Amino acid sequence: MTVLHEMDEKAEAKMRARDVSVYYGDKKAIDDVSIDIPTKFVTAFIGPSGCGKSTFLRTLNRMNDTIASARVEGDIELDGENIYSSGMDVVQLRARVGMVFQKPNPFPKSIYDNIAYGPKIHGLANSKGDLDEIVEKSLQRAGLWNEVKDRLGESGTALSGGQQQRLCIARAIAVDPEVILMDEPASALDPIATAKIEELIDELAGRYAIVIVTHSMQQAARVSQRTAFFHLGKMVEYGPTDEIFTNPLEERTKDYITGRYG
Amino acid sequence: MSPAFLFLLAIGLGLAGWLAGRAKARAFTRGSEPRRVVARPGYHAWFVAIWVALPLALFAVVWSILSPILVEQWVLASPAAQDLPAFGFQRQSMLAEARAVANGHATAVFNPDAQALVEPFRQADRFYSLVGFGFALAMAAILGLWAYSRLKPAFIARVKVERAVMGLLLLASLVAILTTFGILASLVFETIRFFGMVSPIDFLFGLSWNPDPMANPEAPQGDRYGAIPLFWGTIFIGAIIAMIVAIPLGMMSAIYLTQYASSRWRKIIKPALEILAGVPTVVYGYFAALTVAPMIRDAAQAVGITNASSESALAAGLVMGVMIIPFVSSMADDSIAAVPASMRDGSLAMGATQSETIKRVLIPAALPGIVGGVMLAVSRAIGETMIVVMAASTAANLSANPLEAMTTVTVQIVALLTGEGSFDHPATLSAFALGFVLFMVTLLLNFIALRVVKRFREAYE
Repeated sequence: MTVLHEMDEKAEAKMRARDVSVYYGDKKAIDDVSIDIPTKFVTAFIGPSGCGKSTFLRTLNRMNDTIASARVEGDIELDGENIYSSGMDVVQLRARVGMVFQKPNPFPKSIYDNIAYGPKIHGLANSKGDLDEIVEKSLQRAGLWNEVKDRLGESGTALSGGQQQRLCIARAIAVDPEVILMDEPASALDPIATAKIEELIDELAGRYAIVIVTHSMQQAARVSQRTAFFHLGKMVEYGPTDEIFTNPLEERTKDYITGRYG
Repeated sequence: MSPAFLFLLAIGLGLAGWLAGRAKARAFTRGSEPRRVVARPGYHAWFVAIWVALPLALFAVVWSILSPILVEQWVLASPAAQDLPAFGFQRQSMLAEARAVANGHATAVFNPDAQALVEPFRQADRFYSLVGFGFALAMAAILGLWAYSRLKPAFIARVKVERAVMGLLLLASLVAILTTFGILASLVFETIRFFGMVSPIDFLFGLSWNPDPMANPEAPQGDRYGAIPLFWGTIFIGAIIAMIVAIPLGMMSAIYLTQYASSRWRKIIKPALEILAGVPTVVYGYFAALTVAPMIRDAAQAVGITNASSESALAAGLVMGVMIIPFVSSMADDSIAAVPASMRDGSLAMGATQSETIKRVLIPAALPGIVGGVMLAVSRAIGETMIVVMAASTAANLSANPLEAMTTVTVQIVALLTGEGSFDHPATLSAFALGFVLFMVTLLLNFIALRVVKRFREAYE
């Protein structure tokens, strides 16, 4: 059973998971996880490799659908609407719940087209002017505008790793999502690029519900307000980040945070 | 001394060298501390074996060319050869007859004058067999002993053996390249002869193809050698009709296989598609001529085109298109599958549908590979002969009507070279000019395809 800390903020839940289990074939990867993800906060999932935190993250925008053997049980709601119900359009869902991956994965298109991709397929821009505006705004929010404004026609893959990742964040922002899921967004980057990404997450936090999976406890402590500790497919403990780090209630959480294993 | 015997000798002596080398290496390996001997005994063994067998094998190749020449020299120098006619066909045939009898390929000579030459041939054969054998043995012994004497604990046998293996691999790849140059050279030579009789302008830009192998070769009619109808037929059948069939079908099947098919279906469909690539083209030719062509003619007549012929460019092109579907689909399949999964995930996570992801991310990213596949398919299609021979006739029509009979470059080459024209007639030589043009075009296409494919490789590295 998950140990829940008392949450003093009166944050409203953007996403709500209840008794979620995920199977890969016969193997249970996530065991009975229930969690509320608040809006306008950063929620961090931490835990050792293979604990299921990334798997759980991918259930939140149904990216597990692309894996044939994956099966999800339980309810996940976005604004009170079950995202696994037959009435939910997965395309719509993913437009509302965006995702940034571990390895930067810009499309082999121009920087401009990378950002314009989402708005185009969702019909968010009525004119070239609208589209230009979305591209500029998204790049600005991702803190990339000044670096690339003179070379929007260049390939996105020609940017440095950190710039590519910010491009991917800008791409996710461009469709104006409500939730952004980040799967270890800085693990492939050097410390300077990582610092930029963390800064960016801070800035975006007021606007979106952000869920970040991370290996680095320092990163979780720096960027998040809520932290959930996962271990062996279970969510062991969930609460305000400072409490999880200063006053963990579970022995396993304490061991992990103090670096005794993991 | 047959080359086969020399090869056997090379293998036998090589084996002996191998065993001797291994024995020596084992002896000093056993005697010294571990790791003091640079190479394992096997490498010492191979070092000796290579030095014995490889030069011997090379000698066998050289000797198989050299010894008949030497034998003939010997025979011609003998007194019996003084009565031979000085030059010409008769002289050659007598020598050949005597050689055949001496080698045991024939029992008796047809021309009694040749009988006198049999004995000199036998003598020469015997002599040069001994010379070759002696030389081979001496060479193997000297090189083998020299290699054997080099084996020491500190000798870097492994490096030497690996270098020799690398050389062998290089040689193997050179064979293909040299063959290409050989083909090109033989084509160029005959092509130049042809262009000495017919002007290249007439050939490359003339609109009428109607070579007459019986015409007077001294006064070639340039206006009969206009190859444009052939080039057009080739392009129309191989690069237009066939591609209209192959590109969409190949692409769609590749998309289905990589993106939609369950792994069970994929396991059934993919090999089935590849079987298509293994069907002999003659069989496709039957299918085109006996099934598709009449069907097209009947269909055309049913809609009121009364003059539709039973041999049509359309029939050949359609069947050829089906034939090259596997080329297009397997290249497209490979290049779509090579697009990193993270691209697909990235697009899906943006809320793109699967078809949007395929259209806007996967295919553009895989495009260079797909283009490369299509170009290889085109060069395959324009080099294809059998289907066209059987389904599209040999009449060189310059027409855009796919229901008309047409012909291609390859079909004309076959027709001209198997016809009754003499070898130095311009009609026959024109086949080489056609082959040369075809070779250059397919070479260019392959070159472009490789360049495009290479760019594709760089895209994600």
